[in-house]
Amino acid sequence: MGKTTAEKIFNAHLIDEPFPGTKVLRIDVVMCHEITTPIAIADLIQRDKDRVFDTTKIKAVIDHVTPSKDTKTATQAKILRDWARRHSIKDFFDVGANGVCHALFPEKGFIRPGYTVIMGDSHTCTHGAFGAFAAGVGTTDLEVGILKGVCAFREPKTIRINLNGSLSKGVYAKDVILYVIGQLGVNGATDRVLEFRGPVVEAMTMESRMTLSNMAIEAGGTSGICMPDQVTVNYLWPFIAQDYASKEAAVADFRKLWSDEDAGYDKVFDFDVTTLEPMVTYGYKPDQVKPVTEMAGTPVDQVYLGSCTNGRLEDLRIAAGILKGKKIASTVRGILSPATPKVFQDAMKEGLMDIFMDAGFCVTNPTCGACLGMSTGVIAEGEVCAATTNRNFRGRMGKGGMVHLMSPACSAATAIEGKIADPRKYLP
Amino acid sequence: MKNFGGPVLFLDRDDINTDEIIPARYLTEITKEDLKPYLLEDLNLPGFDPKGPVTRAARVIVTRANFGCGSSREHAPWVLEVNGITAVIAESFARIFRQNMFNCGLAAIELPKEQVDRIFSHAEKADVSIEVNIEAQTIVVKGGGNAETFPVTISPFDRALLLAGGWVDYADKKY
Repeated sequence: MGKTTAEKIFNAHLIDEPFPGTKVLRIDVVMCHEITTPIAIADLIQRDKDRVFDTTKIKAVIDHVTPSKDTKTATQAKILRDWARRHSIKDFFDVGANGVCHALFPEKGFIRPGYTVIMGDSHTCTHGAFGAFAAGVGTTDLEVGILKGVCAFREPKTIRINLNGSLSKGVYAKDVILYVIGQLGVNGATDRVLEFRGPVVEAMTMESRMTLSNMAIEAGGTSGICMPDQVTVNYLWPFIAQDYASKEAAVADFRKLWSDEDAGYDKVFDFDVTTLEPMVTYGYKPDQVKPVTEMAGTPVDQVYLGSCTNGRLEDLRIAAGILKGKKIASTVRGILSPATPKVFQDAMKEGLMDIFMDAGFCVTNPTCGACLGMSTGVIAEGEVCAATTNRNFRGRMGKGGMVHLMSPACSAATAIEGKIADPRKYLP
Repeated sequence: MKNFGGPVLFLDRDDINTDEIIPARYLTEITKEDLKPYLLEDLNLPGFDPKGPVTRAARVIVTRANFGCGSSREHAPWVLEVNGITAVIAESFARIFRQNMFNCGLAAIELPKEQVDRIFSHAEKADVSIEVNIEAQTIVVKGGGNAETFPVTISPFDRALLLAGGWVDYADKKY
């Protein structure tokens, strides 16, 4: 029987199988941020093992609360900063160069097809969009990753999601993944890799594929994997040009990572998304989704555009296209957090920031802050936020607050009306 | 190896997430001990008191499906650990939370729904406690003068982590 992409990556990185079904893998990229890494650093110091396995394979960023908002967050940033300097970790991104980890690290070309990637952050599954096995882990796994460059996983079983048809105007990767999570349920993919296949994925940009893979964890998935193809090669070309004679050669090389035709899947789902509508969450779990037509009119207090799910240039372009020449409702606070400094600058050059600011949006620096209710856009008890983020748990963006997840287009339409609105009527 | 047992806290709901176990606003703490006051502070469960005597006395949590879903934060097992809770018994766990538990030397034990239902049937007894025997792979539910034993399955790797005291010690010796 053939192998899935995840199985191929596991086989290529396997260093030990201490017990049947437990695979210890060599890790290509260990990524660190200031919330989950400091306790790993403290533990390594306490064990007299303040070392790193490979300074070039560790990437670090201060992104969750930045610039620091108080003494505690400044201390977390300082612990990570001091550690990165102490170990001469070149790829460390501090204030001025920092952005949301899962947008920044792909943009820097750190993620390649076939890689194994871990980070102390559940949305690490994002990087599977490049045909990598990327998984969120806890601080102890991260600590061992930093020290030894290894991580243990259970045998990867894969659920194949065939996305057939084509997307209607006003419907995006975010709507697709919300729909898929709604179908699978919040634990429908636990201990499974989600493999996104079909013409809809093939037609997607890397940004859209990252949006898909980003939310695999919201169905419990370990990683969300897309097949690396011409689109992947085009995105990565500035970083891999020296490794290949031509783009065609790179595409052919990456093709070897594709799941075999006769690979064994745990489950296969076929979804025709041709008639899919924009989707919005209604409850406190990411699988509680409805078409926007059933949610339209729900008042919101804040609209948040950003995060590792939807804070990239493509997302800002879509939202700006709807907001151009319009004002957001007087009852709404609009907050835009471009995910990286490059996204911020590119958006400025294109004139997108003028559109957002003329419409009444506040533009923050790149940070995860508001998505998890830590800074730059926390909501009050009883408030409702329409957000392009990934998690709508009760109180996620502020104790006692509610979050409705949606696409950037839907968030822009919602900002204009001050209540959840169908973006299709505003499309240019 | 530590003792995995004692008084039980029953949390009768699916999908209890890591934000409920330890809200993100406390992730700025940089020692595990500092998390202690915030255990289950935002748990949405009618009648639940995060500061109440049952919560404070608990050494074992019994709960439903998909416990620990959401964030990768190891602060979730840590806040259990610093409050003396060494084992969670559930119908199922989110992957990262489950691995974090064993990595810290804490037990995350999955049981079929019917058996979790049987354990929940003891919930009203005032003195209910659970003994977890890792090596024998059993749990004993005691209460009201009765005791009921359930066989459990803990994977050989997870057992090895518990015996080693966690993943850092295990990996450091081996890799």
